[in-house]
Amino acid sequence: MHHGWVVLACAQESGTSKDKPGIREANVISKLALVGALTMVCGTATAQMVEIDKNPFPSTYQAIPSGPVLIRGAHVFDGMGADIPNADVLLENGKITAVGENLSAPDGASIIDGTGKWVTPGIIDVHSHLGVYASPGVRAQSDGNEVTNPVTAEVSSEHGVWPHDPGFNRARAGGVTAMLILPGSANLFGGRGTVLKNVPSRTVQGMKFPGAPYALKMACGENPKRVYGQKGGPGSRMGNFSRYRKAWISAKAYQKSWDDYRTDYVKWEEKKSNAKDKKDKDKKPPKAPKRNLQMETLAGVLDGEIIVNMHCYRADEMAQVIDMSKEFGYHVGAFHHAVEAYKVADLLRENDTCAAMWADWGGFKMEAYDSVRENIPMVHNAGACAIVHSDSQVGIQRLNQEAAKALADGNKAGLNISQGVAWTWLSSNPAKLLGIGDKTGALKPGLNADVVVWSGNPFSVYARAETVFVDGAVTYDRNDKAHQAVSDFELGQPGEGDDK
Amino acid sequence: MSIFKNITTAAALMGMAVAGPALAQTFAITGGKVITNTAQGQIENGTVIMRDGKIVAVGTNIAIPDDSTRIDARGKWVTPGLFTPLAQVGLVEVGAESSTNDSSAGDSEFSVALDGVDGFNPKAEAVAITKIEGMTRMAVATGPGANIFSGTGFITDTSGRFNSITKGKAFVTVQMGERGARIAGGSRPAAWAYLRNALAEARTVRPGRAREGSLLNEADALALKPVTEGRMPLLVYANRASDLVNLVGLQKTQPRLDLVAVGAAEGWMVADMLAAAGIPVIVQPQDNLPGSFETLGATMYNAARLNKAGVTVAIAQIGESFNARLGAQQAGDAVANGMPWAAAFAAITSAPAEIFGLDDRLGTLANGMKADVVVWDGDPLELMSSPDYVFIDGKKQSLTSRQTKLRDRYIDLSHAKEKPFAYR
Repeated sequence: MHHGWVVLACAQESGTSKDKPGIREANVISKLALVGALTMVCGTATAQMVEIDKNPFPSTYQAIPSGPVLIRGAHVFDGMGADIPNADVLLENGKITAVGENLSAPDGASIIDGTGKWVTPGIIDVHSHLGVYASPGVRAQSDGNEVTNPVTAEVSSEHGVWPHDPGFNRARAGGVTAMLILPGSANLFGGRGTVLKNVPSRTVQGMKFPGAPYALKMACGENPKRVYGQKGGPGSRMGNFSRYRKAWISAKAYQKSWDDYRTDYVKWEEKKSNAKDKKDKDKKPPKAPKRNLQMETLAGVLDGEIIVNMHCYRADEMAQVIDMSKEFGYHVGAFHHAVEAYKVADLLRENDTCAAMWADWGGFKMEAYDSVRENIPMVHNAGACAIVHSDSQVGIQRLNQEAAKALADGNKAGLNISQGVAWTWLSSNPAKLLGIGDKTGALKPGLNADVVVWSGNPFSVYARAETVFVDGAVTYDRNDKAHQAVSDFELGQPGEGDDK
Repeated sequence: MSIFKNITTAAALMGMAVAGPALAQTFAITGGKVITNTAQGQIENGTVIMRDGKIVAVGTNIAIPDDSTRIDARGKWVTPGLFTPLAQVGLVEVGAESSTNDSSAGDSEFSVALDGVDGFNPKAEAVAITKIEGMTRMAVATGPGANIFSGTGFITDTSGRFNSITKGKAFVTVQMGERGARIAGGSRPAAWAYLRNALAEARTVRPGRAREGSLLNEADALALKPVTEGRMPLLVYANRASDLVNLVGLQKTQPRLDLVAVGAAEGWMVADMLAAAGIPVIVQPQDNLPGSFETLGATMYNAARLNKAGVTVAIAQIGESFNARLGAQQAGDAVANGMPWAAAFAAITSAPAEIFGLDDRLGTLANGMKADVVVWDGDPLELMSSPDYVFIDGKKQSLTSRQTKLRDRYIDLSHAKEKPFAYR
């Protein structure tokens, strides 16, 4: 197992396995570079430095084949802040190749008349439990919280996702092209979150977003202490913090043990190659530390390879978490729900931490009591990174509507934010948070053609997504049943294939 | 100190005076697009005049009384106040804190006899945040507790006054379907048997003469009695088409019952039967997932199809407290999925008034109606519209809430170092 990827590295060098699953993956490739720097001989049974395969469940995603598409004369929100009343958008080979006026159609291009329509980047939801809390919500399908221990950094949402959840299809009809599937918030460390493309697939691997880093789900406040208060703790916010910190202390030690091992190994190799007497030549290589799945995830955060996404409502708690992240040398990517983010938006800006928020949920528990309808625009206005998230199989179908409500309330309160800028809350800010901002989230030449054509202004309640593209291929067409996926679960059931 | 005290007292006295009923104040709202919900339809550049809590004129070319306070509604929409047909607003402060949540009582001996009015707090945060989104009336009910019945609901306005109840003991709710089955002992047959038996017991109950072996206690049976006589609607939670068919069967065998289906996610599958039986529905248009095996046929076209079949459709964010205010968005989504605008707007105004027998007072802009009027900065079903003025019983309402105060305290963080926010 430990040596599995080393074999891949050799295969890669011999040029025989370019199509092997996983080779594409960025983190494997960077690992190849690391190994390449070490002295090793492929095909001979010499000792190798033990390295962990960081991608044992690699993406098998394949874009649906597609031809070029030219969308003509549409109103465009480019996802980077621009609001262009009349533009063409060209999709070729799965990428956006041009956004501008009077673009010419390449041979064989499908032409979409964009008159009266809006075109935007696909929506990215950074907080979804689709698949892990699938529909129907029967007990047998409840796979989103490993409620057996407050620290379960070792689990991963990808192992709980049921790809036939009809919710994926509904979200696609709402213009969602990618999402971060997170474990729930029962635990202090809930486990890894996985970025998926919103495409129908028999397997989770077939949905995994190639090259996207993992997330680590953490949770503040009421949930962990409520779930574990009578089960050995934590029973208070004090207990929450002590256990986060204990875990980070262990993770630091684990990280160091591997760093030390790698250093020692290189030293051993140098010594060995320079050795003059047999005694030094026969000296055994240093022993690799024992694997620990939980610590692997936390060390991944400390190494900057896994992005922390933390459920946290209260402003004062966010400030504490930021200090804790500095104590241990990691970065908090985003606070989720962040109902009180508006109180500390300046702090979020200074620490380059996003807030992923609802437009108007609140009141259901004490830490959600101070919700305001202007949270999202207030965070944005303070210069911090604002994201609209759903945490809901219903809300994910209309994140554009959530953004519209928040935008309107913010502007009525005196802020001055344009619709084009507000779309950054739905696509580019989420993409940046998830570490896929170089691949999607904006209508920019070179990025994946993850695009939605709307029947009207998507900030209107009356607009619906008409055509949704992922990597240039139509994954949903409101006017063509042939492009409306029906999940295995819904086949033969009342309402199969109905307009939903 | 004494000065402040006097000012406070004076303010309190003024407040009392203002809060009194039927105060002689006249408002004239002019120049707006008026949605009447009556045969008058939609009036461009219309005038609405309110006096002493009632609407006294709606139309064009109407003389403005000299004593009226004028409100310029040019470019704005003028509508009846929204009416949510099923909420828990005012029964819940913080959902997860049971000490602040009066929405259900699983350990109570009583069920139908639980009167929601006893738990209603007009000062709850949710009341004000609901009002400022244009909702002026609500049907409020508790959830189920000891058995499938959820107590007796009431109709209230959202003014926040202590005497804001429009109609007490206005309806009873009952759970059927999966939830009713679970509460009744484990199956749908158990829930239906319990319901039929309860109706039979209530029909014959007489004060002080409870029959031995009755399943309902006397108080519950007496509370349910008006339902059996058709004097009070019975709101029945049911989603699966087959459950709705059972409901139609109950209506046929007990024609006096005034039945209303709540949820009705698969209602479109039996829309003709519901229409023929005269059973209105309270639906949540965004429900389009098979969240359970009783909503496999759920679709956002449900409201449109039911309306087309002739069923009276009311729309709500069903049973919500904090977010009952989202009913208008639900109605907008129904329009996006095939429902005519006028029907969707009626579903959050006049249809609820009709369901609760209050359509002679509420839900339309017409002479003699209670002056619940909202002036919007745009189409009230639109996400980006909101009220500029809200009137309840002809009285202009404050548009502030705990939420707007928190917003105003923190909207400018640039002076964070100057003085603590608590002094702002």
